Amino acid sequence: MKAQIETFKRYKYLLINLIEKDIKLKYRRSVLGILWSVLNPLLMMIVISAVFSNIFKVNIENFPIYYLTGSTLFNMLSETTNYSMMSILESSSLIKKVYIPKYIFPLEKCMFGLVNFLFSMIAVAFMYVILGYPIYWTVLLFPIPVIYTLVFSIGLGLILSALSVFFRDIIHLYSVLLTAWTYFTPIMYPYDILNDKIKIIMHLNPMFHYVKYFRDVLMYKTVPSLETNLLCLSIAFGTLILGILFFKSKQDKFILYI
Amino acid sequence: MKNIIEVKNVEMHFNMSKEKIDNLKEYFIKLFKRQLMYEDFVALDKVSVNVKKGEVFGIVGRNGSGKSTLLKAISGILKPSAGIIKVNGSIAPLIELGAGFDLDLTARENIFLNGSVLGFSNNLISEKFDEIVEFSELRNFLDVPMKNYSSGMVARIGFAVATMVKPDILIVDEILSVGDFLFQQKCERRINDLMQGGTTVLIVSHMLEQIRRLCSRVMWLDKGKTKMIGETKSVCDAYESCV
Repeated sequence: MKAQIETFKRYKYLLINLIEKDIKLKYRRSVLGILWSVLNPLLMMIVISAVFSNIFKVNIENFPIYYLTGSTLFNMLSETTNYSMMSILESSSLIKKVYIPKYIFPLEKCMFGLVNFLFSMIAVAFMYVILGYPIYWTVLLFPIPVIYTLVFSIGLGLILSALSVFFRDIIHLYSVLLTAWTYFTPIMYPYDILNDKIKIIMHLNPMFHYVKYFRDVLMYKTVPSLETNLLCLSIAFGTLILGILFFKSKQDKFILYI
Repeated sequence: MKNIIEVKNVEMHFNMSKEKIDNLKEYFIKLFKRQLMYEDFVALDKVSVNVKKGEVFGIVGRNGSGKSTLLKAISGILKPSAGIIKVNGSIAPLIELGAGFDLDLTARENIFLNGSVLGFSNNLISEKFDEIVEFSELRNFLDVPMKNYSSGMVARIGFAVATMVKPDILIVDEILSVGDFLFQQKCERRINDLMQGGTTVLIVSHMLEQIRRLCSRVMWLDKGKTKMIGETKSVCDAYESCV
């Protein structure tokens, strides 16, 4: 354990430099640069709000904020896991030539996703001001659901990155799954319109809990109960531990398949 | 003197048939047809060797004899299927120069990235930055994306970064054959300097005269087996007369 911490300290700079690289490359040669991280969710919000409140007549108070909070958090999950899934394969040239602790790659992608998420939060803040939405003190609790989601994503990312090395099908399969997952999470519709059966199934969806938590503190001035916290916490760390164990058992074989 | 690298009865097996399956469909078809059988390929067969501190150790052998596999096992990239490898010290791998480069980034950015791939801190790299640039002689191209570099220029930066801090062990795989001959000489001088400072060097090369010039001991690998270990001259002569 101690040796592992030492190794991590040694490669801390690699983690930082890789995140920096990803940010630089993402926005290189785009005129608006990093502003896109803020603009993108705003533009998406305008499209979705137009479609859902005018065409489908979804009846939610403050739909733009409702959608934006949900989609921003869900986007973090989808970016972090998607990038992580590809991370080992993409770094194959490096892994084949230099010894590096391999978990650095999925972990780095998750941190990169977190950075992008924080930029998108500027868009959320911007909309709060524009729409004059009230800001409650519970807003200060917003890092808690973000941390839950991040830990959950790291766990899932570790599993996906290891699986995709052995079975490339996972990459295609996961993109479909992710779309289904987006629609199965109340992002564009309210939870209340679901029938009782689906409501029960919905509780098995970790993202349902995280998105709800996120909105509770951001929009509804609600401090989630201890049970909710324990539930969110155990889902997150359970997934993380599962991910670490799975990744660890497979990592020595990566090099034979990449 | 103390052994800095101990390789004891190391075996490296690759499963040739299974490695090609990388999707679920094939996996299940093969599983169903019971074709998931092993086709064992032995890349290293009971290889044992000890390298002492400060030695310059060469490895020769034909293509596919397991030289690079051995170096990868020593640097921790590959886990041996059997046997023990003990390494007492830090390793700077020069297995392929520029492995840690992202060619979309500039040389300046890559120096930091590649340095951290080797486990150096950003502060240390900033300290040594000028030295690296000086050694590579590419100051005018620092802010050019590296995709516009020639392979020789990439190798210069790679070599400069990997040798900026004196490692305990330097692993050199065929890299001295890149760059013009003046730069090759410069690299050899740098390797000599490191040796004076007590660094152990492992070299794989097909250029026998280079091995003769640099190494104190040489190992000859043939089809994964140790054919000979000994004084540079005797091993090189035997190898040459055989090829």
